[in-house]
Amino acid sequence: MKMNKKKTIFTAGVLLVLFAVCVLLDLTLPSYHIAVTVIKKATVYALVAVSMNLLNGFTGLFSLGQAGFMLLGAYTYGVLTIPDEKKATVYQYFENGGLPFSFTNIFGGIFGDKVGTVVGMLIALLIGGMLAALFAFLIGLPVLRLKSDYLAIATLGFAEILKAFFQWNGLGPITNGSNLLKSYPTFNKATPYVLLAGAMIALIVLLINSTYGRAFKAIRDDEVAAEAMGINLAKHKRLSFIISSFFAGIGGGLMAMYMGTIAAAPFKSALTYEILLIVVIGGIGSITGSVLASFLYIFSSEWLLRGLDSGTFLGINAPAVFKNGFRMAVFSVIIMVIVLFFRKGIMGDKELPDLLDKRPKSRKKKEAAGK
Amino acid sequence: MGQIIPYIVNGVSVGGQYALIAIGYTLVYGILRLINFAHGDVFMVAGLVMVYTTTALPLYISLPLVLIATVVLGFTIERVAYKPLRTAPRMSVMISAIGVSYLIQNLAFYITGGVPQPVTKPIPWISNNVELFGGSTKMVTLVTPVLTIALVFVLVYLINHTKIGMAMRAAAKDFETAQLMGIKINSVISMTFVIGSFLAAIGSILYFTNYPSVAITSGGMPGLKAFVAAVFGGIGSIPGAVVGAFIIGLCEEIIKGLGYTTFSDAFTFALLIVVLCVKPTGLFGEKVTDKV
Amino acid sequence: MSKNVLKIENATMQFGGVVAVDNLNLEINQGEIVALIGPNGAGKTTAFNVVTGVYQPTNGAVYFNGEKIIENHPQGKMKKLYKGEHNGEYTNVLAPTPDIITKMGMARTFQNIRLWKSQTVFDNVLIAKHCRTTSNIFTATLRMNRKEEAKQRAEVEELLKVVGLYEERNELATSLPYGKQRRLEIARALAAEPTLLLLDEPAAGMNPQETDELTAFIGEIRDKFNVTIFLIEHHMDLVMHISDRIYVLDFGKQIAEGTPAEIQNNQRVIDAYLGVAEEDA
Repeated sequence: MKMNKKKTIFTAGVLLVLFAVCVLLDLTLPSYHIAVTVIKKATVYALVAVSMNLLNGFTGLFSLGQAGFMLLGAYTYGVLTIPDEKKATVYQYFENGGLPFSFTNIFGGIFGDKVGTVVGMLIALLIGGMLAALFAFLIGLPVLRLKSDYLAIATLGFAEILKAFFQWNGLGPITNGSNLLKSYPTFNKATPYVLLAGAMIALIVLLINSTYGRAFKAIRDDEVAAEAMGINLAKHKRLSFIISSFFAGIGGGLMAMYMGTIAAAPFKSALTYEILLIVVIGGIGSITGSVLASFLYIFSSEWLLRGLDSGTFLGINAPAVFKNGFRMAVFSVIIMVIVLFFRKGIMGDKELPDLLDKRPKSRKKKEAAGK
Repeated sequence: MGQIIPYIVNGVSVGGQYALIAIGYTLVYGILRLINFAHGDVFMVAGLVMVYTTTALPLYISLPLVLIATVVLGFTIERVAYKPLRTAPRMSVMISAIGVSYLIQNLAFYITGGVPQPVTKPIPWISNNVELFGGSTKMVTLVTPVLTIALVFVLVYLINHTKIGMAMRAAAKDFETAQLMGIKINSVISMTFVIGSFLAAIGSILYFTNYPSVAITSGGMPGLKAFVAAVFGGIGSIPGAVVGAFIIGLCEEIIKGLGYTTFSDAFTFALLIVVLCVKPTGLFGEKVTDKV
Repeated sequence: MSKNVLKIENATMQFGGVVAVDNLNLEINQGEIVALIGPNGAGKTTAFNVVTGVYQPTNGAVYFNGEKIIENHPQGKMKKLYKGEHNGEYTNVLAPTPDIITKMGMARTFQNIRLWKSQTVFDNVLIAKHCRTTSNIFTATLRMNRKEEAKQRAEVEELLKVVGLYEERNELATSLPYGKQRRLEIARALAAEPTLLLLDEPAAGMNPQETDELTAFIGEIRDKFNVTIFLIEHHMDLVMHISDRIYVLDFGKQIAEGTPAEIQNNQRVIDAYLGVAEEDA
């Protein structure tokens, strides 16, 4: 019991310090500063990575549809929040394009401009998540019966189908076809991203530690035993798939905020792969790992290793080597090394509070031997 | 009706190219139960090597070089990225495959600078234009299906009538027992990667003769579609992969011909999902049951 | 006459042309320990899989506590292939999945241990309680089910004490020695609150001392948890010692039924186990 209290205090402490640092950075640095950008992007990736981990790491369903659900969330967010007065310029190729209403204006009218915009943004995010969840439900009906790699390829295919639909000019009056969606409201500071993604991740952590989360893990470890112990496989797999997609949808909405413009192209399978690799780096089955890996990944790719692409790195000036693309090449080599030699990733299946355990297993074994 | 014929001809040709890639997927899946996500990128690298070597070297050197380089790449990928994970869970191997795909694409991006490399010296004769049914097409369109079928016959003969072919069949049937029976499983697996890469290289030469340039992402889509073809035909079955590839190639080109180009990719995946849900074992696949 | 818990009626399980279980009829009454024995490949585990919903029988029915829970008749290709008896007597199709059957009150263990490897001893048992939980995913996530969760945890602790695994509760299930893993599997099945417990070769791979302990343990849990037990076993000491009645299968067919003493003296059973001298041999 004492240990549990210690762990809670430790976890709360670490999280508080991190949050304080983020607020401090927000207060002292301009919003275009690279540190703020890194935090924004990393929190979005962290949320999506955690949502993917819920499905792939905790339920053992190898799904590669994350980009598709993010796409749904992003578009829903954009379409619902573009202010009425901006619609003419955004949908310049589609006369009277866009929805006949905008959350920004509706809630702006109720709560006043500032608060109303934020309320509208949050509700749009939520609807994006719910739409992703609805699609997950529908696609899950046939697809979730498939075994591991077939499921992977089917979900990947589903994401590609979605992408094609969103680029189709037939849906142009809503999605703007192959053109960008823009001019929707976004958060400039990093703190809102941290708060939102943090709250979502907290929900996922609560879920994983609940009786349903334990059932998910049982399915991952041994499906046959799980079913024999009264766990309805179809229902629980569907739940996990829907919830994961819901959070991926919200992640997509946040991604839209971060990017400032929405197009279908970035939500390609490479994005799913990128997130999957983040999950692997952090450790499949560790929420802490996914979050940590997202920050490390974004921090190094956006900031630390920038020099690898632009001529000078660590004071060495070698434009012939450090040219465009070198950073990602180095990255992929690191990823392969992790995949091949450090299969457990940074955290394995440990979480933040577990860091306080000092090799509990070996100690217990000694005790057992002593008896 | 006359307008649709060029699309059908094209479809058969594209189908042939998919078939050559699909065989690589189906062979590897048959033995390792692994979707080799990197296979499409191997295909892309073959295209890049072709672009680079044909501009610098005469054809009789450059073409064999493309084949050798691709085969070496396929062999190396297996040895470095899949062999160490032989006893690991399937998910780890699949992740490794995705990692390799990511690595190849990023390396290719670094080398090419992210610019699509133009096919400056297309291979003569097969890139000549021919008149066909009142339309004009490249010779390669006609050569591809013929060459594909010929290669498939050779491969099927190889698998049914040679020692290594027998070993491959045994390994596909039961990996562990094959190992216990003294089959050198690692050389069998290497062989499947060698064959797969070799065919992908030929597919690549044919494919990129029809295109003006090779981009680093050029491998992804044909790769995925070839995989769909393999699943459609029943993964593990070579005739299945070939038939599946031709059907997908045809359907795609016909959809393009009808003016729905945006959905030609989507169609392939929709087909995949339908096949997986209705008949997961594909057209020619065998049924697998789990034991409790 | 005590209450009938399980009744298998004319059950036939045919895979392609192979009849794994051939017209099996079997009854188990409340509080009994009934063993199903037979040589390897006799169809014992298949019979278990039919009862627990893993396989759908080709023909026949299963009753649980007097209620018909499983029923099937040859369909599709099987119509022509079917070699068993009682063809045409069954017309309904009742095929609940294993989880539904477990919820009805039947829980099983496996011949080859199937514990959840990454989970602790405690969690392995706690997860089996999941099928008894009344909270939905929202109330569970938002911790509005504290009472139920606390109750389940207390029950699991109690159960672990009874089966003697309390000391090891925080260890990984797979780090336990073999005999204790078997015991844990039984504990996990008990956590699902069954009225009928199915044990598939619980003593497989155990040494004589462990087998003796297990024999006592099975008797103990029947009394403590008030369960009926149906088991498959090869260790004849165990079977003869604790069974009230025994059914013998050979090549999918039931060849004998009776008390341990009757079975021990049954010529057909002896033949099945030792083989019969062929006339021309």
